[in-house]
Amino acid sequence: MREGEFRNPSGCAVAGVIDRSGRKMTGADMIAAIEVMHDRSNGLGGGFAGYGIYPHYKDFYAFHLFFESQKAQEETEAFLKRHFEIVYASEIQTRKLPAVSGEPVIFRYFLAPLPRKLANSHLPEREYVARCVIRINSEVAGAYVFSSGKNMGIFKGVGYPEDIGRFYRLDEYEGYAWTCHGRYPTNTPGWWGGAHPFGLLDLSVVHNGEISSYDANRRYMEMFGYKCTLQTDTEVITYIIDYLVRRQGLTLEEVSHVIAASFWSTIERKKEPARSQESLLRRMFPSLLITGPFSVIVGYEGGIMGLCDRLKLRSMVCAEKGAKAYISSEESAIRRIEPSLDKIYSPAGGEAVVYELYRQGGRA
Amino acid sequence: MELYIRPDYEIVRNESRCTVCRVCERQCANELHFFDPATGRMRADESKCVNCHRCVSLCPAHALKIVKTDDAYRENANWEAQTMHEIYRQANTGGVLLSSMGNPKPYPVFWDRLLINASQVTNPPIDPLREPMETQLCLGRRTVKAERDEHGRLKDTLPPQLKLSVPVLFSAMSYGSISYNAHESLARAAAELGTYYNTGEGGLHRDFYKYGKNTIVQVASGRFGVHKEYLETAAAIEIKMGQGAKPGIGGHLPGSKISEDVSRTRMIPQGVDAISPAPHHDIYSIEDLKQLVDSLKEATEYKKPIIVKIAAVHNAAAIASGIARSGADIIAIDGFRGGTGAAPTRIRDNVGIPIEMALAQIDARLREEGIRDNVSLIVGGSVRSSADVVKAIALGADACYIGTAALLALGCHLCRSCHTGKCNWGIATQRPDLVKRLDPACGCKQLVNLITAWKHEIEEMMGGMGINALEALRGNRLMLRGIGLTDTELRLLGVRYAGESL
Repeated sequence: MREGEFRNPSGCAVAGVIDRSGRKMTGADMIAAIEVMHDRSNGLGGGFAGYGIYPHYKDFYAFHLFFESQKAQEETEAFLKRHFEIVYASEIQTRKLPAVSGEPVIFRYFLAPLPRKLANSHLPEREYVARCVIRINSEVAGAYVFSSGKNMGIFKGVGYPEDIGRFYRLDEYEGYAWTCHGRYPTNTPGWWGGAHPFGLLDLSVVHNGEISSYDANRRYMEMFGYKCTLQTDTEVITYIIDYLVRRQGLTLEEVSHVIAASFWSTIERKKEPARSQESLLRRMFPSLLITGPFSVIVGYEGGIMGLCDRLKLRSMVCAEKGAKAYISSEESAIRRIEPSLDKIYSPAGGEAVVYELYRQGGRA
Repeated sequence: MELYIRPDYEIVRNESRCTVCRVCERQCANELHFFDPATGRMRADESKCVNCHRCVSLCPAHALKIVKTDDAYRENANWEAQTMHEIYRQANTGGVLLSSMGNPKPYPVFWDRLLINASQVTNPPIDPLREPMETQLCLGRRTVKAERDEHGRLKDTLPPQLKLSVPVLFSAMSYGSISYNAHESLARAAAELGTYYNTGEGGLHRDFYKYGKNTIVQVASGRFGVHKEYLETAAAIEIKMGQGAKPGIGGHLPGSKISEDVSRTRMIPQGVDAISPAPHHDIYSIEDLKQLVDSLKEATEYKKPIIVKIAAVHNAAAIASGIARSGADIIAIDGFRGGTGAAPTRIRDNVGIPIEMALAQIDARLREEGIRDNVSLIVGGSVRSSADVVKAIALGADACYIGTAALLALGCHLCRSCHTGKCNWGIATQRPDLVKRLDPACGCKQLVNLITAWKHEIEEMMGGMGINALEALRGNRLMLRGIGLTDTELRLLGVRYAGESL
C-alpha cells in the first residue's frame, strides 16, 4: 500500500521564516530549525518550500516531478509538450546520503503554457496550469507533480526533514521565505509523494494535525474539479485555500474565517462589520469549516500565513526580529536560528498571522 | 354471513387487583370494557381492542395487561395469521385495506448496520461539557459567488435560509389527521427549541399564526387551506409531491375527521371526505414543478425558502437532481418507513425504498453533478434516535424530519389505528372528549425534553469524533462503517466495512 490508497494520520513539526525586506537567505537556517524538533518527526517524511529561489526563471512555472519509471516520465513529458513550452528541463541535483534512500527519479521543468492551447481552453492561465497538474497526478501512473509555482519550489521526501534538506542541497538555494515540515505519520507512506509540503501553483501548505472534518471537506472540494489523490489533510487544506483565494477571490484573513471560523457565540459578540462578514462567510462556505487539530503554515508569493484550528489543539508560536518573521510549532526552533527576538507570542486558535513582504521592499 | 376474525389480543385482568373503578371503561374510545352487573366484575370485548395501552397505563390498580393471543391457527410460514385475517377482512368488505403509521414489516434498517467513529490518540475527542459544540445550522441554497461592495466588503447575496438550533424538525402532520392540541404542542415546542414544525396539507389554524416564524406550511395536491396569508405567515413553504408511507398516491381524510374547525382551516365542506389527488394536476413533469416553485416565490417576494418533499423511490437520485435545478431551496426526502395517518396497507408495506439508500444516492449524485450547494437535504421516515440523526448527517443530510418519534413523545403507543379517528391519546382524533386528554403544555414539554436530550447525545457523539460543528459532520462518510452489509449495500451507502482502516 502506498500513500493515496489509505488515510495516514500524522503528527508533525512545522516551521517557517520570511525576510519581509526581501533579502534572501539559504535553506540552511530552516534545516537547523527543523532539526531541533527532530522528535516531532519519525523519519517517514520531511520537506521544504522556498520562495524567490528561481530568479532567472521567475516568469515560468517550475514543475518538480517524481517519476517511478521511464514510462511514466515519457508519458508525462509527452503531456507537458502538448500543453507547455518546456523552457528548461533537468534532473534535480541531490546529495547522496546514507540516511536518505529509495528516492524516485526527480526532475524539474520550467514551463510556459502554449499560447494557442491556453487561448482555446478559455481558462485563466493559472486555472489551465492547475488543471494540468491535477491531470498528471490523477491520470499518469508513477508520475507526480509536487511543485508547480513560479519562482518557488517544494523539496520533499521520506526521511527526517534535516536529512531531506541536505539531500536536496538547500544550503545552495536562496529565497526570501522558507517553510518546512517534519512528519510523524502513523503508517508508512510507501512513496515520496506523501511527504509535505503539499503545493498547487505558488501555494504551499505544511500542516500538523489530523482534521476530523476531512471527508466532509474532501467530498465538497471534489465538486469543483479537485481530486484528492493522496488522502492527506494537507492536500485538501491546500485545495480549499486555492479555491477560496484564487477562485472565490477571498483574502487570507477571510479564508481563516471560513476554515477556522469563530464559534457562532463569539461572532455574535463581535462588532460590525466583523460580525456580519464572519457570519456571512460561515453561511456561504459551511462545508469548508475544518475541525479537529491543525496548525498550518501557508506559503505563497510574497508571504506566509500561520493558522491554528479554532480550539488551538496544536501548538504554534510566532516571532519577529527586525524584518524577519518566524512561525513554528515550538519556540526552540526559532531560538535555534535567532536567539534574541524583538517579539514572540502564541496566536489564538483561529487567529490568522500573516507576514508579507514590505510593500516597497520589492518582490524577489 | 361475515367471516369471523379472532381478536389478536387478550386483555388479562388481575381480578384480585381490580377495584371496579371503571376507569378503563371511561378511557376506552373503542368501548370494549364494560361492567357486568351479574357478577359485579369488569369484562372486555377483545374484538374491539387495538392495543393502544390507554387502559393499561391509566388503571390505578395496575390490574390490566394486554397479551398477544396464543390462540393458534395451524402453523404455516407462508400464510401467517395476519395475512389470513386480511383476506377475511377483504372477503367481508370488498375494500382496500387501510393502515396507519410506518411500515411495520421486518425490512432491513440500515441505520442499525452503521457504526460511528471516535477519536483515539492521533486526534483528541472534544468534551461538550467543557468546549463549545455547535449544533445549529442553516438550511437553504448556498450557491454564491463572492461579490464585494464599494468598501470591499462581501455582499450578502445568499438566498433566504432557515436557521435551526438543532438538526431536527417536526415533519408534516396535518390538522385533521392529528388534533388541535397535538398541533399546538408541536408549534410551541418548535418555537421553544428554535426549530420548525410543519402544517402538513391541512392548512393552518387561525390560532397558530402566532407561531409563523417556526412554521413550515405545506402546499399539497389538494391545495387545502392555501391562501396568501397562509403562505406569508410561514417561515418556509413545502410543496408536497409525495410521502414515504404512500408514494404515488394522494391523501384521504375521512369525513368523520372533518369537524367544523378542520373544515374552516382546510376551506372545504364539513363532514365530507377530503381527498387530495395522487399528482398535483398542475405538475405532470419537472418543468411544471419549476413553475410552481417560481409562483410561490413570486407570491412571497422571494423571502422564503421553498422545500420540495418527495417520497424515496427507485429513481430518487435523478428526481432530486432535477429538483435541485428547479429553483427549490431544500429537498425533503421521506423514506418508505415513514408514518402516515392513513394509507392503503399494500402501498405502505410495499412501495418505496429505505431512506438511508435514497439519501446516500441523492447526496452522491448532487455532488457528482456539482449542485449539492443548490439545495439542502432534510430526511425522514424513519429517524428514531439521535444516533440515526448523526448517521443521516454523516451520510450527507443537512437535517432530519421526525414525525413518529414526536408523536411517541406526545404519548402515542403505536397502535397504528389513526385512521379510525378514535385515538385514545388525544393525538390522531378530532373528538373533543379525546382531544382534551392531550394537554398542550405537557405535550410541548415532552417534545422539548426529547429534542434537548437528543441534542446532548448528538453533541457527545460529535465530540467523540473530534468534531465541534455540525457542518463538519455533514457528508463526512469516513466517520461511518458498515456492519452486516453486502458489497452492493456498502457501495450504495458509500461507506467502508467495519474494521477496514482509513
